[in-house]
Amino acid sequence: MNIASSGLRLLSCTAALALSLSVAAQTKDPNAEFEKFRAEMEESNPAELFEVKGEELWKARRGPKNVSLAESCDLGQGVGKVEAAYVKMPRYFADADAVMDAERRIVWCMVEKQGFKFDDIAKKPFQGGNDNNAPEITNLVTYVASGSRNMKFDIPLGDPKVRDAFETGKAMAAYRAGPYDFSCNTCHGVDGKRIRMQNLPNLATPEGAIKGVQGWPGYRMTGGVMLTSQWRMNDCFRQQRFPEPKYASQTITNLLTYMSGNSNGQMYKGPGIKR
Amino acid sequence: MADPMKIRAQLKGDVTEIRVLMGHAMETGQRKDAAGATVPAHFIQSMTVDVGGKRVVDGQIGTSVSRNPVFGFKMKGAKVGDKVVVSWVDNKGDKRSDEAAVA
Amino acid sequence: MKTILFATGASVATLLLAACASGPRHSEAEYRQIAIDTIKHDFQTKGQAKHERVTQDEVQQACNSYLNNPPKELMIKLTSAQLAAIKLPADGKYLGDWKEGEKIAQSGRGFTWSDKADEPAGGNCYNCHQIGPQETSFGTVGPSLLAYGKTRGNSPEIQKYTYSKIFNAKAFNLCSEMPRFGHAGALNEQQIQHLVALLLDPASPVNK
Repeated sequence: MNIASSGLRLLSCTAALALSLSVAAQTKDPNAEFEKFRAEMEESNPAELFEVKGEELWKARRGPKNVSLAESCDLGQGVGKVEAAYVKMPRYFADADAVMDAERRIVWCMVEKQGFKFDDIAKKPFQGGNDNNAPEITNLVTYVASGSRNMKFDIPLGDPKVRDAFETGKAMAAYRAGPYDFSCNTCHGVDGKRIRMQNLPNLATPEGAIKGVQGWPGYRMTGGVMLTSQWRMNDCFRQQRFPEPKYASQTITNLLTYMSGNSNGQMYKGPGIKR
Repeated sequence: MADPMKIRAQLKGDVTEIRVLMGHAMETGQRKDAAGATVPAHFIQSMTVDVGGKRVVDGQIGTSVSRNPVFGFKMKGAKVGDKVVVSWVDNKGDKRSDEAAVA
Repeated sequence: MKTILFATGASVATLLLAACASGPRHSEAEYRQIAIDTIKHDFQTKGQAKHERVTQDEVQQACNSYLNNPPKELMIKLTSAQLAAIKLPADGKYLGDWKEGEKIAQSGRGFTWSDKADEPAGGNCYNCHQIGPQETSFGTVGPSLLAYGKTRGNSPEIQKYTYSKIFNAKAFNLCSEMPRFGHAGALNEQQIQHLVALLLDPASPVNK
């Protein structure tokens, strides 16, 4: 069928799908409808645009030391090796003497190997709604995460230092503080609850934990931005009425070790899409 | 310099499904930034899709389409190996053209 | 962690177990302390969210140390203290305007680092509770409050209890997940009166 003749106006796939789903959503469970929409969108996820940029950044010689991450950065599977790296972090890195999550490790490599300044990266680590582009670190995390697409989480909990991070993360998740007395567990420590219409996974369980780590880094359709789990943790603390967690800090690594560790054995589907 | 597109063209039976993911700001010209200044309009105005050397889509796109749009459509008459060329021009005259093969 | 292999009696078994076990190296209480120290180091003031917010008060400390299940004596001591600290309206009026109460219940603003400190906070109520029958977008972290007044009546005692509960939920259930809205300064006297009306006024949709 030749549709060339009509100089037609095309509606974006997103808009068209949204229109057809909004009627159904009023009568059915809105979350089920959104899951269908998400499955459709995962077929052409805008996250792929950021993966491509991340790959370029990974391979390019950059920074004051003019070296590429591909030739200098070990994510735990060998220097430059991206395959299966994301699902095996957080892990302990002897050269840094610390347990690190993916984003923190990449930042470490950018600083130690390429000569970038941590403060320059930490100044604006997250894409805002007004930014047309994501920060470089977001693109890199997205690329690294794509290297673990359809692989199972395999956090090395047998390593005592990783186990320490896991147990500390677990204790952190239970820590109530701030004017509202919220801990992570206030919302994420029980089954079957939701805030407004947003289901809350129980991060203490395998079934809930995978929901917490699946889909990050993810393209958020609200605002059209690419976001990582460092962002998600930051925004959780904001909503908890806590002060701000320092970017790429041990606290964030500990919490990610807890959540990812609880997800061990379950499949990571790669960069995701969020509403 | 515009971002590359991701094009997927899949033949199933006699129907080819084509999906194009475009990286573009798609600014409507109505939005205000953090400082309160209006962000100028910057959006894809027209796009074309050629399959196997024939023009199959010639479309105009308006400001209602959001950032990083995804376009999908189905067609008949294509075969495996046909070249799919997607091109767009935005309101500032910026262009982009990428290709893929029907799989 | 290799330890002394030669020791007497039962301690040998314990030491060997400690060296061989793949379990955690520290106790729960030790990890909690490590967590507290790390948190103190890793958080920073942003906007109105000051660093001191990560320091536990005595209620938080009791609930944190005992995983929300403190011993009875401690519970009674602290709930009594929280109850005594509740500031009730000076004029003894507990009921405000339920229409204003609905607006406050709908608003999730306030106290985050992205909120302006001088702007009034919302009650966040619908985030966790079902309240009026017309609002289908409600959370389930807390119990449903539908027909709250119809079920309980709106005697002066119930009015006072409801006001107090919103002011400081911990005065009744020490480790409740509900924030202490009055105690924390999130909601003022008028705002809580409006919420009490939302729940207890017979004209409120909650009770129709």
